[in-house]
Amino acid sequence: MTTTVATASLSVRELGKRYGERWALRRVSFEAAPGERVAITGPNGAGKTTLLTILAGIQPPTEGSVGQPGGEVGWVPQQPAVYSKLSVRENLALFARLERVPDVRSSVEAMLEQTGLGDRAGEEVGRLSGGSKQRLNIAIGLLAGPAALLLDEPSSSLDPRQRERLWEFIGDLAQGGTTIVWSTHNVQEAERCADRLLVLADGELVFAGSPRALEEAVGASERELDFEAAFVAFLHEQGH
Amino acid sequence: MRWLLLKDLQILRRSPLLVALLILSPVIIALLIGFALSRGPDEPRVAFLNLVPSNETTFDLGGRTVDATQYSGRLFEAIDPVRVKTRAEAIEKVRSGDALAAVIVPEDAADKLRAELQGAGERPTIEVFYNASDPVKASFVESTVKSRLADANLALSGQFTKVAASYIGLLLRGGGFSLLGQRIDVLGLQRAKTILEAVQASLPARDPGRQALQRAIDFAGLAIDNLDLSNNVLASINQPIRIHRTVLGGKRTPLESFAVAISVTVSLMFVTVLLASGMLALEREENAFPRLVRGLVSRIGLLAEKIGLAAVCAGVVAFAMLAGVGLFVDLDWGRLPLWLLALGAGALAFAALGVAIGGLAREVRAASLLAIMLSLPIAFLALVPNGAVAGGLYDVIRVVSALFPFKPALQAMNAALNDSDPALPVPLLHLLALTLGFGALARLALRRFG
Repeated sequence: MTTTVATASLSVRELGKRYGERWALRRVSFEAAPGERVAITGPNGAGKTTLLTILAGIQPPTEGSVGQPGGEVGWVPQQPAVYSKLSVRENLALFARLERVPDVRSSVEAMLEQTGLGDRAGEEVGRLSGGSKQRLNIAIGLLAGPAALLLDEPSSSLDPRQRERLWEFIGDLAQGGTTIVWSTHNVQEAERCADRLLVLADGELVFAGSPRALEEAVGASERELDFEAAFVAFLHEQGH
Repeated sequence: MRWLLLKDLQILRRSPLLVALLILSPVIIALLIGFALSRGPDEPRVAFLNLVPSNETTFDLGGRTVDATQYSGRLFEAIDPVRVKTRAEAIEKVRSGDALAAVIVPEDAADKLRAELQGAGERPTIEVFYNASDPVKASFVESTVKSRLADANLALSGQFTKVAASYIGLLLRGGGFSLLGQRIDVLGLQRAKTILEAVQASLPARDPGRQALQRAIDFAGLAIDNLDLSNNVLASINQPIRIHRTVLGGKRTPLESFAVAISVTVSLMFVTVLLASGMLALEREENAFPRLVRGLVSRIGLLAEKIGLAAVCAGVVAFAMLAGVGLFVDLDWGRLPLWLLALGAGALAFAALGVAIGGLAREVRAASLLAIMLSLPIAFLALVPNGAVAGGLYDVIRVVSALFPFKPALQAMNAALNDSDPALPVPLLHLLALTLGFGALARLALRRFG
C-alpha cells in the first residue's frame, strides 16, 4: 500500500528491515506533506518503533529508502532523552551545539518561548513534571528547525491534562508547517489528532488514510462501532 | 565531543556527594590495603608476671654473669606487655579479654636454670595462658611467644655452649676457676702430657714404667687432639643451620614502596572503572544515547569521550594521592615522567574496561555493582604471590590476571616508582593491548545499548 502527496517533506519507498530471518518491516511506502499529522498505529510488534527509528536515522533499513526533500528530521524518543542534572536551558544549549545550530542562544530562547518553559529555564530537569520533561524532549527535537518531527509514543507517560497540552502544542507546530509523524497505541487519540492514519500489522502497512476512511472501510456506522472497535474489526478482517 | 565532555564534567560538578564517594572510598580502600601490606600485625597485649626476685635475675654461669631480664626484653619487642603483680591478676586479664595472653615466669626459674647449668635439677618452666576468642590474634600470640621463647632458649644455649667450651679449655690448657669461694687450679691435659713426657724421659730405657707412662701420654695426646675440635662441634650445636639469603628473579623492592604502588593502582582502578562505566550507562539511563548517535556523535567518539574523561579524572586523583603519599614515603621524584606514563596507560586500560562494563550493564547501578564485583576479585587475584597456591591454580590465576588491567597496571606503577622487574615497556604494551581489546568489546556492547 502506497500513499503519495504532492509536496512531501518525508518520503518512504519500499522500506524493509530484517532481524536475522524475521522481517520486522516489509515494503512500507508513504509520503507526508508539510503540516500533516500522521499517526502510525498497530498491535504490539507491528513494527511501529522500528519504522520510526529508521526514519530518524538511528538504524539503517535492510532495503528501501527514506527521502527528506523538505529538510532535516527531528526525533523525539518515547522517554525524555534529557540530562536530569542539567537545567532546561543547559540541555537545550548542549543539544543545539551538538546539532551545530548556527545561533545557539537565540535558538534556545526561541524553544523556551515556544514550549512555555521560559520561567523554568534554570531549573534542573530532574525536578520537572513528566509533562514539562516531554515538552523539553520535543523542544530538543525541534532545535535544528526540522521539516518533519518524529515522535515515538509521545503521550504514553502523561496524565490527561498533560496530554491535552501536548496535543495543543503539536497542533501549533503542524499549523506552522512542521510535518508530525508519531507512533501510538492509543487509537482514540490517533482518531482525534491525526490527519492520516498508517496501520502496521506484522511489519506490513495494511491501511493508510484518514480515520474516517478506516471507519468506512469496516462499516462502523452501520454496525454502531466506536473508533476503537472499528480499528479492532479492521485488523480482524485483515487477518490480524 | 568537546560539548559532551563539558556536559559530563558539569554533571559531576552537580553531584558532589557522588564524586566525593567515588574518590574517597577507593582512596580509603587503597590506603588501607597499602597500610595493611606495609605494616605487620599489631603488637598483642600480653600480661607479664615475673616472680623471680629482682636480686636473682642475674647469676653466674661458668664465670660469666647472665642477666635473665635481657631475654624477657626480647619477648617485649613483639608484644605490648601489661605488667601485673599476681598470678591471679594475670589470668584474669586473659579471661576478661584485656590481654590476649599471659606469660608467667615462676620465682624458682632462675634457681632451676642455675641448677640445670650445674648439671642438677629440672628445667625451669614458663607458664603461658591464651585467650582464643580471636583465632587470628590467638594464633599470632601463640606463635610470637613460642618464637621469642625459642630465641631465649637459643640465646641461653649459646651461653651454655660458651661455658662448656670454657670448661673444655680448662681441661685442655689448665687454669683456675672459683667454686664456693675457693680458687681451684686445674693442671690441664697439655701440661699433664708435658709432665708425663718429662717423667718418661727421665726413666731408664728399660724401665717397665715407661710403657705405662707412654699409654698415659698417648691418651693425653688423643684427648688434646679431639677436645681441640670440640669448640667447633659445640658451635655447630648452638647454631646447627646457617642461612644464606639469595634473591632470585626480580629486583628487590621495599615492602613500603610496593604498598604505595598497590595503593595507587587500586585507587586508579576503582575511580576509573566506576566513572567510565557509570558515565556511559548514564547515557542510556537518561535515554540520550539514541538521540546522540543519530548523527550528533559517533559511537566510537562517545566511547573515546568517556574513556578520556574517566582516565583524566582518575589520573589526577591517583597522582594527587601519590603526591600525598610522597610526603610520608621516600619517593624518587626524578622518575616523575615514568609515573605519569604508568598512570596514563593504566588509566586508559581501566577506562576501556569501564566502558565495556557500562556497555554490557546498561544501567548505572548495575554497572557500578558489576564494576566492583569484577574489580575486587581481579585485584586480589593479581596479588596472589607465586608459591602461595598449587602450581596449576597459580597458572590459571596468572592467565586470568593477564586478561584484566590490574596486574599490568601494578607492574607498570611498580616499575615506574621502584625500577622493579618487569621493566616499564612490558606492562605498558600489555596495557595498550588491553585498552584496544576492551574498547572493541565496549563497541560491540553498544550494538544492544539503544
